[in-house]
Amino acid sequence: MAELMYREALNQALSEEMERDANVFLIGEEVGRYQGAFKVSQGLLDKFGSARIIDAPISELGFTGLGVGAAMVGLRPVVEMMTWNFAILAMDQIVNNAAKLRHMSGGQLRCPIVFRGPGGAGGRLSSQHSQALESTYAHFPGLKVIAPATPADAKGMLKAAIRDDNPVVMFEGERLYALKGEVPEGEHVVPLGKADVKREGKDVTVITWSRMYYFCEEAAKQLEAEGISVEILDLRTLRPLDEEAILASVRKTNRAVIVEEGWPLAGVGAQVVDIIQSKAFDELDAPVLRVTGLDVNMSYAANLENAIQPDAPKIIAAVKKVLYREGA
Amino acid sequence: MASAYSKDLLLTMYRKMYLMRRFEERTQQQYGLGKIAGFCHLYIGQEAVAAGVNEAIRPDDYMLSGYRDHAQPLARGSHAGMIMAELFGRTGGYSKGKGGSMHVFDIEHHFYGGYGIVGGQIPLAAGMAFASRYRNEDRITVCYFGDAAANQGAFHETFNMAAKWKLPVLYICENNRYGMGTAIARVSAEPEIHKRGAAYNMRHEAVDGMDALKVYDAVKDAAAYIRAGKGPVLMEANTYRFRGHSVVDPANYRSKQEVEDERKNDPIPRLMAYAIKQKLAKEADFEAIEAEVKEQVDEAVKFADESPEPHLDELWRDTIVEEGEEDVRPRERVLGVKVDKWPSYPSGKDLKVTWDLEPREQAEKADKAAGLK
Ligand SMILES: Cc1ncc(C[n+]2csc(CCOP(=O)(O)OP(=O)(O)O)c2C)c(N)n1
Repeated sequence: MAELMYREALNQALSEEMERDANVFLIGEEVGRYQGAFKVSQGLLDKFGSARIIDAPISELGFTGLGVGAAMVGLRPVVEMMTWNFAILAMDQIVNNAAKLRHMSGGQLRCPIVFRGPGGAGGRLSSQHSQALESTYAHFPGLKVIAPATPADAKGMLKAAIRDDNPVVMFEGERLYALKGEVPEGEHVVPLGKADVKREGKDVTVITWSRMYYFCEEAAKQLEAEGISVEILDLRTLRPLDEEAILASVRKTNRAVIVEEGWPLAGVGAQVVDIIQSKAFDELDAPVLRVTGLDVNMSYAANLENAIQPDAPKIIAAVKKVLYREGA
Repeated sequence: MASAYSKDLLLTMYRKMYLMRRFEERTQQQYGLGKIAGFCHLYIGQEAVAAGVNEAIRPDDYMLSGYRDHAQPLARGSHAGMIMAELFGRTGGYSKGKGGSMHVFDIEHHFYGGYGIVGGQIPLAAGMAFASRYRNEDRITVCYFGDAAANQGAFHETFNMAAKWKLPVLYICENNRYGMGTAIARVSAEPEIHKRGAAYNMRHEAVDGMDALKVYDAVKDAAAYIRAGKGPVLMEANTYRFRGHSVVDPANYRSKQEVEDERKNDPIPRLMAYAIKQKLAKEADFEAIEAEVKEQVDEAVKFADESPEPHLDELWRDTIVEEGEEDVRPRERVLGVKVDKWPSYPSGKDLKVTWDLEPREQAEKADKAAGLK
């Protein structure tokens, strides 16, 4: 298996799907001649030409809506958001059109489109460029929302998203693009809606997704040295949630911590807590805890920025708390 | 001078305009009876636009609109009873009663919906036109929107792309002079909407939207231009709605005199008078049409009334497409009519994209001119 960077895995998925199906095209700012703001579309313009790798003007609402219209009549657009922060301008088209077309038409229309781009905080970018927005989109029926953590999942899930007949919102990790991992060649498709046990353990389940997975791994390693066995469940898809996998793991460990980069109020983690307490309450040995970003806007100052985000020490503290260890 | 129009064309347009008018008069009445609820925007007064546009384009051209969307699909040939059933929120409606007044969709007749967010449909139309171009099909997309929608960002963002990429789309701005209760001139730096096309190097023109024949002529010409690959057109149809913004709006922001003056311009008698003057039709022809349409509208109301409410199971359908799930064909579902005009798209395997959006040489020339490598 080849070692690829997260961005290369995405590039491979795009390239393979565009070769497989000429209905697939990519549109976004700087995706063509500039080779992608984060180099995900490197080399694609030469391979597929300007009608399929389209440099859009800075008009998020406009080119997103153009993609939705093309999907309504059978093309399979991939709309790249330079980052999800700017996609806030395009939200009307994603939420009011793409997500609702099938319903409002009584099943006459489908909208096979992928909206993808980097999400997540960090990098000393302050409030407007530094936010984890996935729970916002997970709120809306009619959308699927995915956030892969590893290069292999990034490739497999993007391929699945492009083949899906529904609008899929894909959060890539802005800070994961250069991360390397083994990626299967060719036909590697990871089904949407399926969580993945990334680390087996027996004392506590840590539920997470995207970049936070790496902090969880770091925490799990340190906890292992102290004799605590952590299971890490990577949700991968945030809508629909894989309830079965969540419940199976919690039933095994009887304890859960949810780690989410975004804000606590109305976060995806809140829904996960609800699933656990309403369907596996009797099997819990401790209240479920959440580690989230702080309920504030992102700061530029390095120390403030760090304090706002979850990290391994915060996860370790939460795990110890649900195990009634020190500091509880 | 002999008329440039056939008797058939005139009578077809008359029939459609009369149908739109009677249908919506009954709609207002049914709203009053509590059978229809929600926001319900009537097209009364604007019929010449939909009639003129529809006869000037091809049945397989794509069309979409805003929330004032009962009349345009009627002009396309949609089933009046199924539209009425949709307004009633019944299972016999085009969207099984899930869309209602503002979201009429009839894909079989290439009517891709009414949209409730002002201006939200404008980018969609560019995307549909993009798809035609991508597949090398010669169909065009017609997109209706109101004068107030022209002040939305969606309008400006889309026009820039549509013109730059020469997309085959006809934008019809139905300027009825008001966005809800706000006279468009009060809030627009340039109230003659079509002039804004100039900012995007786009063909733009205005037409008397109270005259179906003038609309027909203008759209015929514009459609030929668009189909020839010359780019999009912005056409402003100057028209007037005789009723309030929606059925519950008494429209006190307009003077009685203004409405009375406009009513003298009613497009329906205007078309009739023309046909009679040109000796293309006799009063008896119109009387026959009117009787038929009245019956059609009665039947539509009866059809809607008899259609059951949707089953609660419907709540869980039509949100996410399950793998292998077919699309719903409303006329087949409701009337049992075999639908063979359902649009099918070439699979990606058969499709060859030959279009060059931005030829490499052109891009390189631009780079050179800008002093780049
Ligand atoms: C984005 C948005 N803002 C406000 C509204 C409320 N609203 C509905 S219709 C309307 C007026 C639109 O007028 P115009 O575009 O000229 O169309 P007309 O009703 O004249 O056909 C307004 C303000 C809305 N539906 N969507």
